[in-house]
Parts: sequence; C-alpha cells; structure tokens
Amino acid sequence: MPPLLEVRALHTEFRTGAGLVRAVDGISYTVEHGETVAIVGESGSGKSVGALSILRLIPDPPGRITGGEILFDGKDLRGLSEAEMREIRGRDIGMVFQEPMTSLNPVLTIARQITETLEQHQGADRETAERRALELLEMVGIADPKRRLKQYPHQLSGGMRQRVMIAVALACNPKLIIADEPTTALDVTIQAQILELMKSLTRKLGVAQIIITHNLGVVARYASRVNVMYAGRIVEAGSAEAIYHNPRHPYTMALLKSVPRLDQPRRARLDPVDGQPPDLTRLDGGCSFRPRCRFAVEQCAKARPPLAAVAEPGHLSACFRSAELSDIRDVAA
Amino acid sequence: MYRYIVKRLLLAVPTLVGAAALVFVLMRLIPGDVCVIRLGSGGAHVDPASVEACRQELGLNNPLIVQFLDFLWSYFTFDFGTSMWSGQPVTHEIAARLPVSLQIAVMATVIAVAIAIPLGTISALRENTWLDHVVRMVAIAGIATPSFWLGIMSLVLVLDITYLATGKAWMPPIQYVSFWQDPIHNLSMVLLPAITVGYRYSAVTMRMTRSAMLEVMREDYIRTARSKGLLEQIIINRHALKNALLPVVTLIGIEFAFLIGGLVVTEQVFNLNGIGRLFVQAVQNQDNVLTQALVMLVVVIFVVTNLVVDLLYAWLDPRIRFS
Ligand SMILES: Nc1ncnc2c1ncn2[C@@H]1O[C@H](COP(=O)(O)OP(=O)(O)O)[C@@H](O)[C@H]1O
Ligand code: SF4
Ligand SMILES: [Mg+2]
Repeated sequence: MPPLLEVRALHTEFRTGAGLVRAVDGISYTVEHGETVAIVGESGSGKSVGALSILRLIPDPPGRITGGEILFDGKDLRGLSEAEMREIRGRDIGMVFQEPMTSLNPVLTIARQITETLEQHQGADRETAERRALELLEMVGIADPKRRLKQYPHQLSGGMRQRVMIAVALACNPKLIIADEPTTALDVTIQAQILELMKSLTRKLGVAQIIITHNLGVVARYASRVNVMYAGRIVEAGSAEAIYHNPRHPYTMALLKSVPRLDQPRRARLDPVDGQPPDLTRLDGGCSFRPRCRFAVEQCAKARPPLAAVAEPGHLSACFRSAELSDIRDVAA
Repeated sequence: MYRYIVKRLLLAVPTLVGAAALVFVLMRLIPGDVCVIRLGSGGAHVDPASVEACRQELGLNNPLIVQFLDFLWSYFTFDFGTSMWSGQPVTHEIAARLPVSLQIAVMATVIAVAIAIPLGTISALRENTWLDHVVRMVAIAGIATPSFWLGIMSLVLVLDITYLATGKAWMPPIQYVSFWQDPIHNLSMVLLPAITVGYRYSAVTMRMTRSAMLEVMREDYIRTARSKGLLEQIIINRHALKNALLPVVTLIGIEFAFLIGGLVVTEQVFNLNGIGRLFVQAVQNQDNVLTQALVMLVVVIFVVTNLVVDLLYAWLDPRIRFS
C-alpha cells in the first residue's frame, strides 16, 4: 500500500521586506496509514509552514509553495482546485493548532464550531450535527458535555479548549491529523493528558498523525518516526528509537540535551541549543548549522551535506561527519 | 440586568446636572436678554419700564442661583417650562420640530451603515487592489468635505438636472409632512439631506470596518475556520464579520448621537424646520428656557444612545454577556 501522505521536495517561500525567506527548502517525508510521525525543530525552523503547506493554507502574499509534490491518498494536493482543496480540509485532514486561546472563535458557541464542519462536509442537519458534537465532546473527555456545548471558548480552560480543537479535527473521521505544537501553550500536567488523549484516540480510530513539536522528549513516547528540521530542511530522519538513542546529526544531539521533561517541574533547567537560529535570508552554500556546530570542518563551508543513509535502514542524516559522530560523541561525553 | 440599567441611568444624573449648569451659565454670559430683543425687534424705541416688567414677569430679575435651582427643580418634576419668546410650552415647540430631525438622523444612520459595512468589508478583503483604493478615496473625500458644501452642491445638482430634464428647476418641498401621510412628499424632502449626511457619516464607519476586518482576518480562528474547509462566504459572514463589527457598533451609536447634535448645519443648508434650526433661533432670541430644553434633550439622547450601544455590545459579545 502506498503511504497515506508523501511530501516530495516541498519548497515554500515568503517574499518579505528583508528578502526571500525559504521557510521550507526541499523537505521530503512520508506518513503511513495510521502512523504517528513527528516533526521536531527549534522555533523558526519551518515546521508550521511545512504543515500549513500541506493544507495549502499559506497566506499568499507573502507566501507561496514554489516546488515539490504533496501526494495525499494518491492525489497531488498542489494540483487541486480551491474547491477540491476545501473538501480535503477538515474532512480528510484535520488540524489542531498551537494556541487554544486564540484558535477558537470567541463569538461562536462550542457547538457551532463543531457542527459547522459536519454541515459543510457531511451535509448533516442541525440535529444530527449536534448529536454528533455531543458524542465528540464525550470522546475527548470533556465532563458535562451538554452544558459545554452551549458555552463560549472563554468559559473553558486552555486544556478543555484544546480538547475541543481535537474534537473539531476528528469530527469528520479524517485520515490524518496535523497537530502543530498542540501542547506548547499548556501547563505541564495538562500537556501529558492531551498527548495521551491524542495517542489513544488516533490509535483507536486508526487516524494517522503528524505531531509538530520542539520537544524531542515528546517524540519518543508518541511517534514511531521522527523528522528533525533545521533552517527549512530535514537534517535527520529515522525511527524514534534511532533518533533518541543514536542521533547522527550534531543538531539532533544538541536538541536531545535540551529536552524539557514532562515528568519534571518546568523550573528544571534546560540547555537550549547554543547560538542563534540562522537568518534564513542569508544562507550560504555550506551547511546551515555550521556556525553553531562543534564538529564543523573545512568541508562544511564548501557544500551542503546531502541527506544520506547512515547505519540503520531508514535512518538519514545531513552531515558530512555523520559516520564518525557516534564515536566522537562517546569521546566527548 | 435591570440593576445595571438603573445604575447607568443614575450615573447619568450628574452628567445631566453638569450640562444644565453649563448651558445655564453660557446663556447668561451673552449680553442682553430676551426682553430687549422681543420689545426692540420692530426697531421701535424701547421703553425701559416695559423691559423691566417683562424681565420681572419672566423671572430674569431673580438672583442667578434661584433661577438655576428653579430650572433644575422644574426638570425633576418634568415641567420644562414655556418659551420666553413665543409663550408656548417648550414641549409643543420641540414636538413640532423633532420628527423631521429624527427622521433624517435615523435615515442618515441607516444609509451610512448600508454604505459603510459592505464597502469597508470589500475594501479589506481586496486590500491594496484598485477597488480598495477607490473605496478609500471615497471615504477620505467624505471625511474631508464639509457637510454644508456637500449639501449645497447636491441641491445645485438637483436644480440643474431637473432644469435640464424638464425645463423647470425643482426644489425639495419645505413643509414637513409625515411619511404615513404622504410618502412621496416626505421622501422628496428628506432623502437628499439624509443621503448627504449619511455619506459623510459612512466615511468614518467604512474606515473602521475596513481596519477591524483586516485585523480579524489575520486572527488564528480565521485560520482554524479555513482549516475546516468552510466556504469563504461562511468564513467572512460567520467568523470574521461577527467579530469585526463589534467595535463598529459602538462607533455607529456615537455617530448617531453626534448626528443629532450636528443637525444645525444640515437643516440650515436644506432649509428644514427641525430642532437644529429651532436651536439657532432659540439662541438668537436669547430664549433661555427653550435653549436649555434643547441642550438637555441632546444630552439625554447621548446618554440613552450610549446605554443602548453598551447593552447591544454586551448582547453581541459573549465574553461580556457571560462575565
Ligand atoms: N506570514 C509569514 N511571512 C513572512 N515570513 C514567514 C511567515 N510565516 C512564517 N515565516 C517565516 O518562515 C520561517 C519558518 O516559520 P515557522 O514555520 O512558523 O517556524 P516553526 O518551526 O517555529 O513553526 C520563519 O523564519 C518565519 O519568519
Ligand atoms: S556538516 Fe559539518 S557543520 Fe554541518 S552539522 Fe555536520 S559537522 Fe556540523
Ligand atoms: Mg510553529
């Protein structure tokens, strides 16, 4: 069976006052049916732009998808008309955003924000849609769902709003859910609850999932495969296990050191990755991680390292020194 | 809810007393008085004795503080007095003049909203296209054009067009007849001023709608609505406009109140016998009682409009309704 989603050499650019920003610069990855794939990277690495590109929700201007293919369920989404694309959004692909405070409409009831999707895609009448909305709220673990349906977003806590977002995303039985940092804005205790909920629901319903996060710690527990992004590119890809236990890119290694842990209070000190994320308008022909890399050598300035296979099957790294890295790391540690 | 309304109305009492004090003092600062003007209007010699008798009769010789307290007290007992000029109860004077003013104000507001909201929305959705530029130019012209000039020009235009078309220049009628009595007569009199004033007031609302709409279209919940695959029409009507119009509602209320206050010029230009004109006459005649009554009427309209707008806002915005 072909993968549910195959992103091939996707390019998305923004024309800004400061110059051309290649926010997504040729990323390729796949998501199998029912699988959870993670996209990890610091803020500004192009994770959201990559996700929004799949649904073709990049604001144009200033943004534009300039190259690549997005094969979903056998169709290239880039070739669809706007009307055909609307059918995919919300019906085949559901989206959960980062900010539960601002992602729900403040002047519409919770019920309306769920039923409108059902009315749009399934032609459901009011009554059927409201019954389904109630069912969905129960499914995402909201207590007293009858009362909550009649309420407005500001009457719900952040965690509950994110549950509502999940209900909206699941409303039409999608094949894929894209969750863009679904827990970043929430309290630590709530974060784990939401992630567990998403894991159990997607598993139960057989929905595939793309989880976007800057926290590599989340990945090990919730995703089977991981794509690490840096400056608009995938710099390392592999099974969650391989990435976690045998990282082959200096950036991944640095990210692992900075993992905030869900089981520890927020106060526990994090080691952020040293140095600043690069200015995307000023990238040269070398490795974009070079200015922050402890392992950089002369070769790294001359060419971009290609994403190439390392030890295990399916494990890729874009680093000239990936083969040596496991030894160097042991020595350094 | 009722408690809120009562509280707001009680809070308005100091405002009303303050306005009363202000108009009372201002009227007394104008040199001369109604008796001199009334007795001397024919250009005849003014007999000091009859002026004195007139002043005595109208209570103008009482100490100022007594006059002021009389004024306040009579309002608390809903006795608004009689015109110092005509001797008619001011309620009659105002009742005869209010309908035309009110009709123009309401129609102008409706016209302003009907122009402003669709154009402002389109302008925002087509930001930086030629359509947007045209709409914004129309709005700026509306703000920059003095309403008396606009009024005169539209009258001249009507005169010219009817003259060219029929060989006889047509002027809107001057005598006010209510809409129910004779709709055609009524509208042919009121429509032109209502459009002129409405256009002018639409300009500010249009700009407000545009900027509110631009802001809302960038909100996260609009992106969410898009990610659900909703039709653009639904995204704009249900998700964007509902939010963008919240501040616009407040503006429309404030504009309506200002419009009542600003009718003086419009009525002068279109030769309408409304309260704006009555106000000018009352001040010219130094008719303190009538002037005070008109000022208090405008202040009450302001207070009530503000209250209605706040209630409407709370009703439209669940964040206020449920807090
Ligand atoms: N609307 C936009 N206009 C201009 N640049 C944008 C826009 N959206 C995103 N970008 C740029 O694209 C890059 C990637 O952003 P994003 O995908 O949001 O990062 P993240 O990995 O934190 O989700 C950033 O450098 C950002 O400045
Ligand atoms: S290619 Fe060179 S600079 Fe880039 S990550 Fe590898 S070692 Fe560091
Ligand atoms: Mg992001």
